[in-house]
Amino acid sequence: MPNLDAAFSAMADPTRRAILARLALGETTVMELAEPFAMTQPAVSRHLKVLESAGLILRRVEGSKRPCRLAPSAISEIDQWLDLLRQALTRNYERLDDVLAGMKPRKRKARR
Amino acid sequence: MSKLTLKTEGDRHVVVTRRFAASPEAVFHAHIEPKLIQKWLLGPEGWSMPVCVIDPRPGGKFRYEWSNGKGKAFHITGEFVEVTPFNRIVHIERMHLPDPTPDNHVVTTFESDSSGTLMIVRMTLPDAAARAAMLATGMEHGMEASYARLDAMA
Repeated sequence: MPNLDAAFSAMADPTRRAILARLALGETTVMELAEPFAMTQPAVSRHLKVLESAGLILRRVEGSKRPCRLAPSAISEIDQWLDLLRQALTRNYERLDDVLAGMKPRKRKARR
Repeated sequence: MSKLTLKTEGDRHVVVTRRFAASPEAVFHAHIEPKLIQKWLLGPEGWSMPVCVIDPRPGGKFRYEWSNGKGKAFHITGEFVEVTPFNRIVHIERMHLPDPTPDNHVVTTFESDSSGTLMIVRMTLPDAAARAAMLATGMEHGMEASYARLDAMA
């Protein structure tokens, strides 16, 4: 299990969340990660170090490269991701409740 | 108790259910009329959908564009496979970030039940990696909403 405090503070940064989202697609090298983020490789490496010490990613050595991937424990925390997706969808459907209430003014229910 | 459920199923599916206090007909319309869609399909606080083009019939295309008003934007394009009033919509969609994500095959059904309507959204991704990527994108949006709320509290 990754340390939850470390994991949360690691994920508080939007670039690191984007890196995690990219790693969900599969193993990637630092060079490949740096490209879409318009960042230098040292900057990406610093982010990776934070993610690694939080237990969210694993890195291995392959020649001069150190490809990284999501840690199994991070993948097993997928339900936490589901919770966040749930929150986003919940917002949408609460708005849809309002839209639906407005579509049938005769039966409008009292809100809160 | 939350009215929403969201679960993974097998390696490639995500299933969302939600109940609404309205008829299947009303919920169906809210999913195919641009003026209605633009009021609710917005994701995190602060985002709007300035472009909503939709041709809800088999083979018809749609395009939703979102913007946060601060220079961030993305869009989804898709095609309808089946549109059966007022019970069932089948479509295929992909996000452009700006590279297109793998196709998400989505079956949405609206069944009348005691409270109004039970909606079931069943998504099928090409493989487990594509599903993980989609959930990660959803995570990104959920996180943004959470942090926006934290910001508002600070």
